[in-house]
Amino acid sequence: MSKKGEEIPDYKKDKKRVDGRKMDELRPLSIKVGVIPNANGSAYVEWGQNKVYATVYGPREALPKHTQNPFKAVVKATYRMAAFSVPDRKNPRPNRRDQEISKVLSEALEKSVFVEQFPNTEISVFVEVIDSNAGSRVACLVAASVAMADAGIPMRDLISATGVGKAFNEIILDLNKEEEDAPDAVDVPLGILPNSDEIVLLQMDGLLTKEEWKKVIALGIKGCKQVYEIQKNALKEKFELGNVSESDDSGNALEKKKETGKKMKEEKGKEKIKERSEKEKKVKK
Amino acid sequence: MRSTILEYEISKVVEMAKEGKRLDGRKADEMRKLTIETGFAGNAEGSARVRLGETEVVAGLKMLTGVPYPDSPNEGSISIGAELLPLANPDYESGPPSMVEVEIGRVVDRGIRESKAIDFSKLCIREGELSWIGFIDFYAINSDGNIFDAGAIAALLCFMQGKIPKLDEKDKIIKGEFTGKLELKRLPILTTFVKVGGTILLDPTYIEEKAAEARFSVSTTEDGFMAAMQKGIGGSFKAGEIDEMIEKAFEVGKGVRAKISKL
Repeated sequence: MSKKGEEIPDYKKDKKRVDGRKMDELRPLSIKVGVIPNANGSAYVEWGQNKVYATVYGPREALPKHTQNPFKAVVKATYRMAAFSVPDRKNPRPNRRDQEISKVLSEALEKSVFVEQFPNTEISVFVEVIDSNAGSRVACLVAASVAMADAGIPMRDLISATGVGKAFNEIILDLNKEEEDAPDAVDVPLGILPNSDEIVLLQMDGLLTKEEWKKVIALGIKGCKQVYEIQKNALKEKFELGNVSESDDSGNALEKKKETGKKMKEEKGKEKIKERSEKEKKVKK
Repeated sequence: MRSTILEYEISKVVEMAKEGKRLDGRKADEMRKLTIETGFAGNAEGSARVRLGETEVVAGLKMLTGVPYPDSPNEGSISIGAELLPLANPDYESGPPSMVEVEIGRVVDRGIRESKAIDFSKLCIREGELSWIGFIDFYAINSDGNIFDAGAIAALLCFMQGKIPKLDEKDKIIKGEFTGKLELKRLPILTTFVKVGGTILLDPTYIEEKAAEARFSVSTTEDGFMAAMQKGIGGSFKAGEIDEMIEKAFEVGKGVRAKISKL
Protein backbone atom coordinates (compact mmCIF):
# COMPACT_ATOMS: atom_id res chain seq x y z
CA MET A 1 0.00 0.00 0.00
CA SER A 2 2.61 2.56 -0.97
CA LYS A 3 0.81 5.88 -0.94
CA LYS A 4 1.23 8.43 -3.70
CA GLY A 5 4.12 10.77 -3.18
CA GLU A 6 6.02 8.26 -1.11
CA GLU A 7 9.17 6.88 -2.63
CA ILE A 8 9.04 3.29 -3.82
CA PRO A 9 11.63 1.23 -1.92
CA ASP A 10 14.54 -0.34 -3.78
CA TYR A 11 15.72 -3.46 -1.99
CA LYS A 12 18.97 -3.61 -4.00
CA LYS A 13 20.00 -0.32 -2.37
CA ASP A 14 18.20 -0.61 0.97
CA LYS A 15 19.48 -4.10 1.85
CA LYS A 16 16.43 -4.31 4.13
CA ARG A 17 12.74 -4.99 3.59
CA VAL A 18 9.77 -2.80 4.49
CA ASP A 19 9.13 -4.84 7.62
CA GLY A 20 12.82 -4.99 8.55
CA ARG A 21 13.39 -8.59 7.45
CA LYS A 22 16.37 -9.87 5.52
CA MET A 23 15.77 -10.94 1.90
CA ASP A 24 15.80 -14.65 2.80
CA GLU A 25 13.95 -14.40 6.09
CA LEU A 26 10.54 -15.93 6.84
CA ARG A 27 7.91 -14.14 8.90
CA PRO A 28 7.44 -15.62 12.39
CA LEU A 29 5.77 -19.02 12.00
CA SER A 30 4.15 -21.03 14.78
CA ILE A 31 2.21 -24.28 14.48
CA LYS A 32 -0.05 -25.95 17.02
CA VAL A 33 -1.20 -29.54 16.47
CA GLY A 34 -4.46 -31.13 17.58
CA VAL A 35 -6.41 -27.95 18.35
CA ILE A 36 -9.84 -29.19 17.21
CA PRO A 37 -10.97 -32.18 19.29
CA ASN A 38 -13.80 -33.20 16.93
CA ALA A 39 -11.45 -33.78 14.01
CA ASN A 40 -9.29 -36.81 13.29
CA GLY A 41 -6.40 -34.43 12.82
CA SER A 42 -6.05 -30.67 13.11
CA ALA A 43 -3.59 -27.79 13.21
CA TYR A 44 -3.55 -24.03 13.80
CA VAL A 45 -0.93 -21.95 12.04
CA GLU A 46 0.05 -18.36 12.65
CA TRP A 47 2.41 -17.08 9.97
CA GLY A 48 3.00 -13.36 10.16
CA GLN A 49 -0.50 -11.92 10.27
CA ASN A 50 -2.00 -15.03 8.62
CA LYS A 51 -4.03 -17.22 10.92
CA VAL A 52 -5.48 -20.48 9.62
CA TYR A 53 -7.15 -23.60 10.95
CA ALA A 54 -6.93 -26.95 9.21
CA THR A 55 -8.75 -30.18 9.96
CA VAL A 56 -8.74 -33.66 8.47
CA TYR A 57 -11.72 -36.01 8.62
CA GLY A 58 -11.37 -39.52 7.30
CA PRO A 59 -10.63 -41.63 5.45
CA ARG A 60 -14.44 -41.87 5.37
CA GLU A 61 -16.99 -43.02 2.83
CA ALA A 62 -16.87 -40.78 -0.22
CA LEU A 63 -20.27 -39.25 -0.91
CA PRO A 64 -22.02 -38.83 -3.29
CA LYS A 65 -21.12 -42.31 -4.49
CA HIS A 66 -20.00 -41.34 -7.99
CA THR A 67 -17.02 -39.51 -6.48
CA GLN A 68 -15.61 -42.82 -5.20
CA ASN A 69 -12.55 -44.25 -6.84
CA PRO A 70 -12.13 -48.04 -6.50
CA PHE A 71 -8.33 -47.72 -6.62
CA LYS A 72 -7.57 -44.90 -4.24
CA ALA A 73 -8.83 -42.41 -1.70
CA VAL A 74 -9.98 -39.04 -2.94
CA VAL A 75 -8.31 -36.13 -1.16
CA LYS A 76 -10.74 -33.22 -1.06
CA ALA A 77 -9.49 -29.95 0.35
CA THR A 78 -11.82 -27.01 0.88
CA TYR A 79 -10.24 -23.58 1.23
CA ARG A 80 -12.34 -20.82 2.73
CA MET A 81 -11.85 -17.32 4.07
CA ALA A 82 -13.81 -15.78 6.93
CA ALA A 83 -15.73 -12.65 5.89
CA PHE A 84 -13.64 -10.55 8.29
CA SER A 85 -10.25 -11.96 7.28
CA VAL A 86 -9.56 -9.34 4.60
CA PRO A 87 -9.54 -5.50 4.67
CA ASP A 88 -12.81 -5.31 2.68
CA ARG A 89 -15.51 -7.71 3.85
CA LYS A 90 -15.38 -10.88 1.76
CA ASN A 91 -18.61 -12.27 0.38
CA PRO A 92 -19.06 -15.55 2.30
CA ARG A 93 -19.95 -17.43 -0.89
CA PRO A 94 -16.99 -19.39 -2.29
CA ASN A 95 -15.61 -17.52 -5.29
CA ARG A 96 -13.47 -18.68 -8.20
CA ARG A 97 -10.27 -17.99 -6.30
CA ASP A 98 -11.40 -20.18 -3.38
CA GLN A 99 -12.29 -22.97 -5.75
CA GLU A 100 -8.98 -22.84 -7.58
CA ILE A 101 -6.99 -22.86 -4.34
CA SER A 102 -9.07 -25.78 -3.03
CA LYS A 103 -8.19 -27.68 -6.17
CA VAL A 104 -4.43 -27.07 -6.10
CA LEU A 105 -4.29 -27.86 -2.38
CA SER A 106 -6.16 -31.16 -2.93
CA GLU A 107 -3.78 -32.14 -5.68
CA ALA A 108 -0.69 -31.26 -3.67
CA LEU A 109 -1.92 -33.20 -0.63
CA GLU A 110 -2.84 -36.23 -2.69
CA LYS A 111 0.79 -36.67 -3.71
CA SER A 112 1.91 -36.81 -0.08
CA VAL A 113 -0.54 -39.52 1.03
CA PHE A 114 -0.60 -43.26 0.30
CA VAL A 115 -4.05 -42.89 -1.26
CA GLU A 116 -3.96 -46.36 -2.78
CA GLN A 117 -4.38 -47.86 0.70
CA PHE A 118 -7.91 -46.50 1.11
CA PRO A 119 -10.01 -47.22 -1.98
CA ASN A 120 -13.53 -45.78 -2.24
CA THR A 121 -12.95 -43.31 0.59
CA GLU A 122 -12.58 -39.59 0.88
CA ILE A 123 -10.05 -37.78 3.04
CA SER A 124 -11.71 -34.43 3.73
CA VAL A 125 -9.46 -31.51 4.49
CA PHE A 126 -10.95 -28.18 5.54
CA VAL A 127 -8.88 -25.04 5.83
CA GLU A 128 -10.28 -21.79 7.15
CA VAL A 129 -8.45 -18.47 7.01
CA ILE A 130 -9.48 -16.17 9.84
CA ASP A 131 -6.89 -13.44 9.26
CA SER A 132 -4.74 -12.86 6.21
CA ASN A 133 -1.81 -10.91 4.86
CA ALA A 134 -0.36 -12.48 1.69
CA GLY A 135 0.58 -16.15 1.57
CA SER A 136 -2.54 -17.62 3.10
CA ARG A 137 -2.63 -20.58 0.72
CA VAL A 138 0.85 -21.77 1.66
CA ALA A 139 -0.02 -21.32 5.33
CA CYS A 140 -3.05 -23.51 4.65
CA LEU A 141 -0.99 -26.17 2.95
CA VAL A 142 1.49 -26.24 5.82
CA ALA A 143 -1.37 -26.55 8.31
CA ALA A 144 -3.23 -29.17 6.26
CA SER A 145 -0.18 -31.37 5.92
CA VAL A 146 0.53 -31.28 9.65
CA ALA A 147 -3.15 -32.04 10.34
CA MET A 148 -2.89 -35.01 7.96
CA ALA A 149 0.03 -36.38 9.99
CA ASP A 150 -1.92 -35.69 13.19
CA ALA A 151 -4.78 -37.79 11.80
CA GLY A 152 -2.37 -40.72 11.52
CA ILE A 153 -2.83 -41.11 7.77
CA PRO A 154 0.12 -42.92 6.14
CA MET A 155 2.18 -40.36 4.25
CA ARG A 156 5.19 -40.31 1.96
CA ASP A 157 6.34 -37.08 3.49
CA LEU A 158 5.05 -33.85 4.97
CA ILE A 159 4.47 -30.96 2.60
CA SER A 160 6.42 -27.84 3.37
CA ALA A 161 5.44 -24.67 1.60
CA THR A 162 6.28 -21.01 1.42
CA GLY A 163 5.74 -17.95 -0.68
CA VAL A 164 8.76 -16.73 -2.65
CA GLY A 165 9.23 -14.25 -5.46
CA LYS A 166 10.36 -10.82 -6.37
CA ALA A 167 9.48 -7.33 -5.22
CA PHE A 168 11.16 -3.92 -5.25
CA ASN A 169 13.94 -5.14 -7.52
CA GLU A 170 15.11 -8.12 -5.44
CA ILE A 171 14.41 -11.84 -5.05
CA ILE A 172 12.81 -12.36 -1.65
CA LEU A 173 11.32 -15.08 0.53
CA ASP A 174 7.78 -15.05 2.00
CA LEU A 175 6.28 -11.87 0.54
CA ASN A 176 3.98 -9.77 2.71
CA LYS A 177 1.01 -7.79 1.41
CA GLU A 178 2.98 -4.62 0.76
CA GLU A 179 5.53 -6.55 -1.27
CA GLU A 180 2.82 -8.46 -3.12
CA ASP A 181 1.40 -5.08 -4.23
CA ALA A 182 4.78 -3.80 -5.45
CA PRO A 183 4.82 -2.66 -9.11
CA ASP A 184 7.29 -5.41 -10.10
CA ALA A 185 5.88 -8.08 -7.77
CA VAL A 186 6.16 -11.75 -8.65
CA ASP A 187 4.48 -14.17 -6.30
CA VAL A 188 5.33 -17.87 -6.36
CA PRO A 189 3.49 -20.11 -3.88
CA LEU A 190 5.72 -23.18 -3.61
CA GLY A 191 5.14 -26.50 -1.86
CA ILE A 192 7.59 -29.42 -1.78
CA LEU A 193 8.08 -32.83 -0.24
CA PRO A 194 11.15 -31.80 1.72
CA ASN A 195 12.90 -35.19 1.78
CA SER A 196 12.81 -35.70 -1.97
CA ASP A 197 12.54 -32.08 -3.13
CA GLU A 198 9.55 -33.00 -5.30
CA ILE A 199 7.47 -29.95 -6.10
CA VAL A 200 3.77 -30.48 -5.39
CA LEU A 201 2.49 -26.90 -5.47
CA LEU A 202 3.68 -24.25 -7.86
CA GLN A 203 1.95 -21.16 -9.12
CA MET A 204 3.27 -17.86 -10.40
CA ASP A 205 2.01 -14.41 -11.30
CA GLY A 206 4.37 -11.81 -12.72
CA LEU A 207 7.39 -11.45 -14.95
CA LEU A 208 10.66 -13.28 -14.30
CA THR A 209 13.78 -13.93 -16.38
CA LYS A 210 15.35 -17.39 -16.47
CA GLU A 211 18.19 -16.28 -14.22
CA GLU A 212 15.79 -14.80 -11.71
CA TRP A 213 13.69 -17.98 -11.76
CA LYS A 214 16.70 -20.08 -10.79
CA LYS A 215 17.30 -17.84 -7.79
CA VAL A 216 13.61 -17.89 -6.87
CA ILE A 217 13.30 -21.67 -6.85
CA ALA A 218 16.57 -22.14 -4.92
CA LEU A 219 15.50 -19.61 -2.29
CA GLY A 220 12.01 -21.15 -2.14
CA ILE A 221 13.31 -24.65 -1.49
CA LYS A 222 15.63 -23.29 1.18
CA GLY A 223 12.64 -21.57 2.81
CA CYS A 224 10.53 -24.74 2.65
CA LYS A 225 13.26 -26.64 4.51
CA GLN A 226 13.06 -24.08 7.32
CA VAL A 227 9.28 -24.51 7.44
CA TYR A 228 9.79 -28.31 7.53
CA GLU A 229 11.82 -28.05 10.73
CA ILE A 230 9.05 -26.04 12.41
CA GLN A 231 6.42 -28.56 11.24
CA LYS A 232 8.42 -31.48 12.62
CA ASN A 233 8.91 -29.75 15.94
CA ALA A 234 5.19 -29.00 16.23
CA LEU A 235 4.35 -32.68 15.68
CA LYS A 236 7.04 -33.82 18.11
CA GLU A 237 5.65 -31.45 20.71
CA LYS A 238 2.32 -33.23 20.61
CA PHE A 239 3.46 -36.84 20.31
CA GLU A 240 6.89 -37.13 21.87
CA LEU A 241 6.05 -35.51 25.17
CA GLY A 242 2.89 -37.55 25.53
CA ASN A 243 0.70 -34.47 25.06
CA VAL A 244 -1.99 -36.56 23.43
CA SER A 245 -5.35 -34.84 23.68
CA GLU A 246 -7.89 -36.38 26.00
CA SER A 247 -10.43 -36.95 23.28
CA ASP A 248 -8.22 -39.67 21.74
CA ASP A 249 -8.93 -43.05 23.20
CA SER A 250 -5.72 -44.54 24.45
CA GLY A 251 -5.40 -47.24 21.81
CA ASN A 252 -5.61 -44.72 19.04
CA ALA A 253 -3.11 -42.47 20.74
CA LEU A 254 -0.64 -45.31 21.10
CA GLU A 255 -0.99 -46.12 17.45
CA LYS A 256 -0.39 -42.53 16.56
CA LYS A 257 2.73 -42.47 18.69
CA LYS A 258 4.00 -45.57 17.00
CA GLU A 259 3.35 -44.07 13.62
CA THR A 260 5.24 -40.89 14.30
CA GLY A 261 8.01 -42.95 15.86
CA LYS A 262 8.20 -45.03 12.71
CA LYS A 263 8.22 -41.94 10.56
CA MET A 264 11.05 -40.44 12.52
CA LYS A 265 13.00 -43.68 12.36
CA GLU A 266 12.50 -43.74 8.63
CA GLU A 267 13.76 -40.22 8.38
CA LYS A 268 16.82 -41.06 10.42
CA GLY A 269 17.37 -44.11 8.22
CA LYS A 270 17.19 -41.96 5.12
CA GLU A 271 19.69 -39.54 6.56
CA LYS A 272 22.06 -42.35 7.38
CA ILE A 273 21.80 -43.75 3.87
CA LYS A 274 22.52 -40.30 2.48
CA GLU A 275 25.53 -39.90 4.72
CA ARG A 276 26.82 -43.29 3.75
CA SER A 277 26.46 -42.69 0.02
CA GLU A 278 28.21 -39.35 0.38
CA LYS A 279 31.08 -40.99 2.23
CA GLU A 280 31.33 -43.61 -0.46
CA LYS A 281 31.48 -40.92 -3.10
CA LYS A 282 34.29 -39.20 -1.24
CA VAL A 283 36.20 -42.46 -0.95
CA LYS A 284 35.83 -43.08 -4.66
CA LYS A 285 37.20 -39.65 -5.41
CA MET B 1 -20.41 -47.21 12.85
CA ARG B 2 -20.37 -43.58 13.85
CA SER B 3 -24.14 -43.39 13.90
CA THR B 4 -24.33 -46.50 16.10
CA ILE B 5 -22.08 -44.89 18.69
CA LEU B 6 -24.07 -41.67 18.40
CA GLU B 7 -27.35 -43.54 18.92
CA TYR B 8 -25.93 -45.23 21.99
CA GLU B 9 -24.67 -41.97 23.45
CA ILE B 10 -28.01 -40.29 22.82
CA SER B 11 -29.92 -43.01 24.67
CA LYS B 12 -27.36 -42.82 27.49
CA VAL B 13 -27.82 -39.03 27.74
CA VAL B 14 -31.60 -39.42 27.95
CA GLU B 15 -31.31 -42.10 30.62
CA MET B 16 -28.93 -40.03 32.73
CA ALA B 17 -30.94 -36.83 32.30
CA LYS B 18 -33.98 -38.53 33.80
CA GLU B 19 -31.97 -38.78 37.02
CA GLY B 20 -30.69 -35.22 36.64
CA LYS B 21 -27.19 -36.37 35.63
CA ARG B 22 -25.10 -35.49 32.58
CA LEU B 23 -22.51 -37.33 30.53
CA ASP B 24 -19.74 -34.85 31.36
CA GLY B 25 -20.53 -34.86 35.09
CA ARG B 26 -22.08 -31.38 35.18
CA LYS B 27 -25.17 -30.49 37.16
CA ALA B 28 -28.30 -29.83 35.09
CA ASP B 29 -27.99 -26.06 35.60
CA GLU B 30 -24.22 -25.83 35.31
CA MET B 31 -22.46 -23.99 32.50
CA ARG B 32 -19.22 -25.16 30.90
CA LYS B 33 -16.00 -23.21 31.32
CA LEU B 34 -16.04 -19.99 29.32
CA THR B 35 -12.81 -18.56 27.93
CA ILE B 36 -12.54 -15.51 25.72
CA GLU B 37 -9.88 -13.91 23.60
CA THR B 38 -10.22 -10.70 21.62
CA GLY B 39 -8.57 -8.71 18.86
CA PHE B 40 -6.77 -11.52 17.01
CA ALA B 41 -7.86 -10.50 13.50
CA GLY B 42 -5.88 -7.52 12.27
CA ASN B 43 -8.17 -6.97 9.29
CA ALA B 44 -11.39 -6.82 11.31
CA GLU B 45 -12.83 -3.86 13.25
CA GLY B 46 -13.35 -6.19 16.19
CA SER B 47 -12.78 -9.90 16.69
CA ALA B 48 -13.29 -12.54 19.33
CA ARG B 49 -12.64 -16.20 19.99
CA VAL B 50 -15.01 -17.80 22.49
CA ARG B 51 -14.67 -21.26 23.98
CA LEU B 52 -17.49 -22.90 25.87
CA GLY B 53 -16.11 -26.22 27.01
CA GLU B 54 -14.92 -27.79 23.79
CA THR B 55 -17.09 -25.59 21.59
CA GLU B 56 -15.02 -22.93 19.87
CA VAL B 57 -16.37 -19.99 17.87
CA VAL B 58 -14.54 -17.15 16.13
CA ALA B 59 -16.28 -13.91 15.19
CA GLY B 60 -15.27 -10.72 13.43
CA LEU B 61 -16.82 -7.33 12.70
CA LYS B 62 -16.51 -5.45 9.42
CA MET B 63 -17.96 -1.93 9.21
CA LEU B 64 -19.31 -1.07 5.76
CA THR B 65 -21.21 1.92 4.45
CA GLY B 66 -24.60 1.62 2.84
CA VAL B 67 -27.77 3.48 2.02
CA PRO B 68 -30.22 3.61 4.97
CA TYR B 69 -33.54 1.82 4.59
CA PRO B 70 -36.27 4.17 3.28
CA ASP B 71 -38.39 3.61 6.42
CA SER B 72 -35.55 4.64 8.75
CA PRO B 73 -33.48 7.21 6.84
CA ASN B 74 -31.56 8.35 9.92
CA GLU B 75 -30.42 4.93 11.10
CA GLY B 76 -27.63 2.49 10.39
CA SER B 77 -27.94 -1.24 10.88
CA ILE B 78 -26.27 -4.49 11.84
CA SER B 79 -26.21 -7.89 10.22
CA ILE B 80 -25.18 -11.10 11.94
CA GLY B 81 -24.55 -14.40 10.20
CA ALA B 82 -23.60 -17.80 11.56
CA GLU B 83 -21.75 -20.53 9.77
CA LEU B 84 -21.22 -24.11 10.90
CA LEU B 85 -17.99 -24.86 9.11
CA PRO B 86 -17.48 -28.44 7.97
CA LEU B 87 -14.15 -28.33 9.79
CA ALA B 88 -16.00 -28.03 13.11
CA ASN B 89 -17.82 -31.35 13.14
CA PRO B 90 -17.86 -34.54 11.03
CA ASP B 91 -21.63 -34.07 10.53
CA TYR B 92 -21.41 -30.59 9.02
CA GLU B 93 -21.32 -30.11 5.26
CA SER B 94 -20.29 -27.24 3.03
CA GLY B 95 -22.89 -25.43 1.01
CA PRO B 96 -25.28 -22.51 1.16
CA PRO B 97 -26.50 -21.58 4.67
CA SER B 98 -28.69 -24.32 6.09
CA MET B 99 -31.87 -23.60 8.04
CA VAL B 100 -30.03 -24.36 11.27
CA GLU B 101 -27.41 -21.71 10.47
CA VAL B 102 -30.05 -19.17 9.49
CA GLU B 103 -31.86 -19.72 12.79
CA ILE B 104 -28.69 -19.37 14.89
CA GLY B 105 -27.71 -16.17 13.07
CA ARG B 106 -31.14 -14.63 13.44
CA VAL B 107 -31.56 -15.48 17.12
CA VAL B 108 -28.16 -13.99 17.94
CA ASP B 109 -28.99 -10.95 15.79
CA ARG B 110 -32.32 -10.36 17.52
CA GLY B 111 -30.81 -10.73 20.98
CA ILE B 112 -28.48 -7.82 20.30
CA ARG B 113 -30.64 -5.72 17.97
CA GLU B 114 -33.81 -5.81 20.07
CA SER B 115 -31.99 -5.00 23.31
CA LYS B 116 -31.30 -1.56 21.77
CA ALA B 117 -27.72 -1.99 22.95
CA ILE B 118 -26.55 -0.18 19.84
CA ASP B 119 -28.07 3.19 19.04
CA PHE B 120 -28.72 2.84 15.31
CA SER B 121 -29.22 6.58 14.91
CA LYS B 122 -25.56 7.06 15.84
CA LEU B 123 -24.62 4.87 12.88
CA CYS B 124 -26.16 7.39 10.49
CA ILE B 125 -23.60 9.42 8.53
CA ARG B 126 -25.91 11.58 6.36
CA GLU B 127 -29.66 11.27 6.67
CA GLY B 128 -31.20 9.26 3.85
CA GLU B 129 -27.89 8.95 2.07
CA LEU B 130 -25.24 7.10 3.98
CA SER B 131 -24.99 5.03 7.14
CA TRP B 132 -22.85 2.35 8.76
CA ILE B 133 -23.72 -1.33 8.63
CA GLY B 134 -21.92 -3.57 11.10
CA PHE B 135 -21.41 -7.02 9.61
CA ILE B 136 -20.67 -9.75 12.12
CA ASP B 137 -19.78 -13.17 10.80
CA PHE B 138 -19.18 -15.96 13.21
CA TYR B 139 -17.91 -19.44 12.54
CA ALA B 140 -17.98 -22.67 14.51
CA ILE B 141 -14.41 -23.97 14.63
CA ASN B 142 -15.06 -26.93 16.90
CA SER B 143 -18.67 -27.72 17.58
CA ASP B 144 -19.67 -29.39 20.82
CA GLY B 145 -23.11 -27.86 21.06
CA ASN B 146 -24.57 -24.49 22.03
CA ILE B 147 -23.26 -22.45 19.14
CA PHE B 148 -26.10 -20.04 20.03
CA ASP B 149 -24.57 -18.79 23.29
CA ALA B 150 -20.94 -18.97 22.23
CA GLY B 151 -21.81 -17.06 19.03
CA ALA B 152 -23.84 -14.44 20.89
CA ILE B 153 -21.00 -13.76 23.33
CA ALA B 154 -18.48 -13.60 20.48
CA ALA B 155 -20.69 -11.20 18.50
CA LEU B 156 -21.17 -8.97 21.52
CA LEU B 157 -17.42 -8.89 22.19
CA CYS B 158 -16.85 -7.78 18.58
CA PHE B 159 -19.31 -4.89 18.98
CA MET B 160 -17.67 -3.95 22.28
CA GLN B 161 -14.36 -3.42 20.46
CA GLY B 162 -16.10 -2.01 17.36
CA LYS B 163 -13.95 0.67 15.76
CA ILE B 164 -15.60 3.07 13.31
CA PRO B 165 -13.42 3.68 10.23
CA LYS B 166 -12.64 7.14 8.90
CA LEU B 167 -14.11 8.20 5.56
CA ASP B 168 -12.38 10.34 2.93
CA GLU B 169 -14.13 13.15 1.07
CA LYS B 170 -15.51 10.65 -1.48
CA ASP B 171 -17.02 8.52 1.33
CA LYS B 172 -14.48 5.78 0.83
CA ILE B 173 -13.16 3.98 3.92
CA ILE B 174 -9.59 4.93 4.79
CA LYS B 175 -7.94 1.70 5.86
CA GLY B 176 -6.32 1.66 9.27
CA GLU B 177 -7.77 4.98 10.43
CA PHE B 178 -10.67 5.31 12.82
CA THR B 179 -12.87 8.11 14.13
CA GLY B 180 -14.23 6.42 17.21
CA LYS B 181 -15.78 3.39 18.80
CA LEU B 182 -19.23 1.89 18.87
CA GLU B 183 -21.11 2.57 22.07
CA LEU B 184 -23.03 -0.18 23.76
CA LYS B 185 -25.77 0.80 26.18
CA ARG B 186 -26.42 -2.70 27.40
CA LEU B 187 -24.77 -6.11 27.29
CA PRO B 188 -27.44 -8.65 26.30
CA ILE B 189 -26.43 -12.25 27.04
CA LEU B 190 -28.09 -15.16 25.27
CA THR B 191 -28.69 -18.28 27.36
CA THR B 192 -29.82 -21.58 25.89
CA PHE B 193 -31.44 -24.62 27.48
CA VAL B 194 -32.64 -27.98 26.20
CA LYS B 195 -35.10 -30.45 27.60
CA VAL B 196 -33.86 -34.03 27.67
CA GLY B 197 -35.82 -36.83 29.25
CA GLY B 198 -38.05 -34.27 30.94
CA THR B 199 -35.08 -32.52 32.60
CA ILE B 200 -33.95 -29.03 31.68
CA LEU B 201 -30.24 -28.74 30.91
CA LEU B 202 -28.30 -25.47 30.67
CA ASP B 203 -25.63 -25.02 27.98
CA PRO B 204 -26.17 -28.30 26.06
CA THR B 205 -23.36 -30.27 24.41
CA TYR B 206 -23.63 -31.65 20.88
CA ILE B 207 -24.96 -35.00 22.06
CA GLU B 208 -27.43 -33.32 24.41
CA GLU B 209 -28.71 -31.21 21.51
CA LYS B 210 -29.17 -34.39 19.48
CA ALA B 211 -31.05 -35.98 22.38
CA ALA B 212 -33.19 -32.89 23.06
CA GLU B 213 -36.97 -32.82 22.84
CA ALA B 214 -37.12 -29.04 22.94
CA ARG B 215 -34.81 -26.03 23.04
CA PHE B 216 -35.24 -22.57 24.52
CA SER B 217 -33.03 -19.48 24.24
CA VAL B 218 -33.50 -16.14 25.95
CA SER B 219 -31.44 -12.96 25.83
CA THR B 220 -31.23 -11.00 29.08
CA THR B 221 -29.85 -7.57 29.95
CA GLU B 222 -28.32 -6.15 33.13
CA ASP B 223 -31.30 -3.84 33.74
CA GLY B 224 -33.82 -6.65 33.94
CA PHE B 225 -35.12 -6.88 30.37
CA MET B 226 -35.47 -9.87 28.12
CA ALA B 227 -34.60 -8.86 24.56
CA ALA B 228 -35.41 -11.98 22.56
CA MET B 229 -36.67 -15.50 23.00
CA GLN B 230 -36.75 -18.53 20.80
CA LYS B 231 -38.24 -21.93 21.32
CA GLY B 232 -36.71 -24.46 18.96
CA ILE B 233 -37.16 -28.00 17.61
CA GLY B 234 -40.22 -30.14 18.37
CA GLY B 235 -41.41 -30.78 21.90
CA SER B 236 -42.87 -28.36 24.37
CA PHE B 237 -42.35 -26.50 27.65
CA LYS B 238 -44.79 -25.66 30.41
CA ALA B 239 -45.11 -22.03 31.53
CA GLY B 240 -43.52 -22.97 34.85
CA GLU B 241 -40.48 -24.38 33.07
CA ILE B 242 -40.13 -21.22 31.02
CA ASP B 243 -40.20 -19.12 34.20
CA GLU B 244 -37.56 -21.32 35.73
CA MET B 245 -35.31 -20.96 32.70
CA ILE B 246 -35.74 -17.18 32.57
CA GLU B 247 -34.80 -16.94 36.24
CA LYS B 248 -31.67 -19.00 35.59
CA ALA B 249 -30.84 -17.03 32.43
CA PHE B 250 -30.65 -13.76 34.39
CA GLU B 251 -28.25 -15.41 36.84
CA VAL B 252 -26.06 -16.84 34.04
CA GLY B 253 -26.15 -13.52 32.21
CA LYS B 254 -24.84 -11.73 35.27
CA GLY B 255 -21.86 -14.07 35.55
CA VAL B 256 -20.99 -13.91 31.86
CA ARG B 257 -21.38 -10.11 31.80
CA ALA B 258 -19.01 -9.74 34.75
CA LYS B 259 -16.46 -11.75 32.82
CA ILE B 260 -16.70 -9.96 29.47
CA SER B 261 -17.11 -6.41 30.78
CA LYS B 262 -13.64 -6.61 32.31
CA LEU B 263 -12.15 -6.50 28.81
